[in-house]
Amino acid sequence: MKKVAVVGYAQHKILPNAGALNEVELIMPVVHKVFKDLGISQDDIGFTCSGSCDYLQGAAFAFVEGLSAIQTSPPIKESHVEMDAAWALYESMLKIKMGDADTALIYGFGKSSPGNLDSIISLQMDPYYISPLWPDRISLAALQAQILLQKKIITHDEMMATVIEARNNAANNPNALLTDDISEDLYRADSLISSPLRGFDCPPISDGASAMVIASEDKAFDFTDNPIWIEGIDHSIESSNLGSRDLATSPTIQTAIDNLKLENINFDVAELHTQFSHEVPFLRKLLNLSNIPTNLSGGPLVGNVMMCAGLDAIGKTFQSLANDQLDHGLAHASSGPCLQHNMVVHLERHK
Amino acid sequence: MSDDQIPKDYKESLIHLEYQYTAGSATTTFLNQVKEGRLVGQACPKCKAVYVPPRGSCPRDGIATSIEVPLTDKGCIESFTVVHIPIPGNPIVPPYVCAMIRLDQADISFLHLVQDIEIDQIRIGMRVQAVWKPKDEWTHSLENIKWFAPIDEPDVDVSTLRFKPS
Amino acid sequence: MNDSKTNLLEAPFELSYKYKRSSGPVMSKFFEGLSQKKILGTKSKAQKVFAPAAEYDPETREALTELVEVGPGGTIESWSWINKPRSHHLLQSPFAFALIKLDGADTAMLHMISDCDESDLAAGKKVLPVWSDNPTESITDINYFILET
Repeated sequence: MKKVAVVGYAQHKILPNAGALNEVELIMPVVHKVFKDLGISQDDIGFTCSGSCDYLQGAAFAFVEGLSAIQTSPPIKESHVEMDAAWALYESMLKIKMGDADTALIYGFGKSSPGNLDSIISLQMDPYYISPLWPDRISLAALQAQILLQKKIITHDEMMATVIEARNNAANNPNALLTDDISEDLYRADSLISSPLRGFDCPPISDGASAMVIASEDKAFDFTDNPIWIEGIDHSIESSNLGSRDLATSPTIQTAIDNLKLENINFDVAELHTQFSHEVPFLRKLLNLSNIPTNLSGGPLVGNVMMCAGLDAIGKTFQSLANDQLDHGLAHASSGPCLQHNMVVHLERHK
Repeated sequence: MSDDQIPKDYKESLIHLEYQYTAGSATTTFLNQVKEGRLVGQACPKCKAVYVPPRGSCPRDGIATSIEVPLTDKGCIESFTVVHIPIPGNPIVPPYVCAMIRLDQADISFLHLVQDIEIDQIRIGMRVQAVWKPKDEWTHSLENIKWFAPIDEPDVDVSTLRFKPS
Repeated sequence: MNDSKTNLLEAPFELSYKYKRSSGPVMSKFFEGLSQKKILGTKSKAQKVFAPAAEYDPETREALTELVEVGPGGTIESWSWINKPRSHHLLQSPFAFALIKLDGADTAMLHMISDCDESDLAAGKKVLPVWSDNPTESITDINYFILET
């Protein structure tokens, strides 16, 4: 099967409230940017796939409107996932590996500002046992944080250090939403939202869009002498029966480590789709990244466009490898409460 | 199934979400004009197709439709259907006619109502013009136009209204 | 492309749908039990008890049909204290979401704990359900849990 490379990526500046800009107007500039960087148009794209959440817009099939941002005449081969666009990348990669396309355009978009993200996400849960209690996403994440602290898998200091480091790293990212530095005193003074999580431990409400182009090995060299290959990609999901899961560990991360033989790789850089501060030290331990530069973009704590942040982790890793000429990058995307569903991507620069 | 027929082991599950919706630049520009009684489409700078109501992007070229094109409120019927079911919350009495209205100079049509004519006399190609509500009732909505009514001009051959080749 | 200068047109809207979901043979028994102040779990061939009653064992995929009574009390496995409840929360004075392992169960149930202070909560503490006066055969037939004194 053909190898697949990431050849282009663009991210809209992350906004707290896109205001007059609607989803189409957020998607257009990032698609145009990635096309311009590669010198291509929609005619050069064999397959298009997007990731978004209709509930963010408040309308069934709202994702179809996103297609107004793309040239769709003549008709295009297109698909959509009601997921983070990292999974749109996965579907596009499969399309290429099956020989149905040589290039793919992936885009993710979401405006969290119009609705109440907490209520929307709680409707994602089991409708019999969980959603009727209206548990918000922060409280659910907090239940895992509490267990990790109880079992001393992580510490409060590690959570604080993560938040401070995220803000420092945001200086590297012109698209970051939150760039103010945070001191230890400021962190400790921040009130708890759902213990043990403070406001700073949680991601900001964000609006934005991102786009990516991938290509098979037949086409990748048209764009660059050093394609960044998707050397390995794996994803799996735990049960939605929250009470039956062991939140102190992650079987899906372990599966990815085993399937992709990650223990044998010396990563240069990593970007994790960690929306809450406690998830960073937790995943760094599981993935053996404690000495590896992680979330140099600042990660979701400085800008978290729902349905894009996972794709952004992959895109930012791609940019690190391409721009800084690094060899191995690890990217992570996640979905569902308490890291229920995880994708791990191993990107490797062409040698 | 009706509410009084819910079997015992069915649970009612209420989805209730509140949003503050924003219209987007193209729609905002369009509706600001509609509030003043004007229909203004937007054209693609590349293929020049005129879209009304505009979505901000041209599906043929995938670029922003940045050119504003003032339009008249006259056009013709591209297609229509007679509806026998009432619109919830609307006083309109069935049967009534929904039609795809192609305004002069526009390259696509949009859905609106047709009245002031016997239903069995409505035909594709019929020339129509907007009937507006009184000015003091105008808001940011195409409901400022109550419906389209026939005008005394010859029918149009709609096969001539092809979408312009790019 | 951007235009912060364009007027912003905004309008509030509400999305509201009522769905009717069938509970199926296992969960309907669980909800019937709740309305009678009983908490039911399901037991697998390996003797693992899932509460609330699960239809399938997520690890072995075994269809679970044997119902067993658990609780009504349980033990706190994890909690999160909410000092300022959000508008959609069912309780509007400070409370905790918690994962509670009912007595006799091997898995935890998500619910709420109320009528206590944040400092009273700890993993391992025992809790008891407070039942609704108007059961509707839903998870909220338990209003919340309180600490056993």
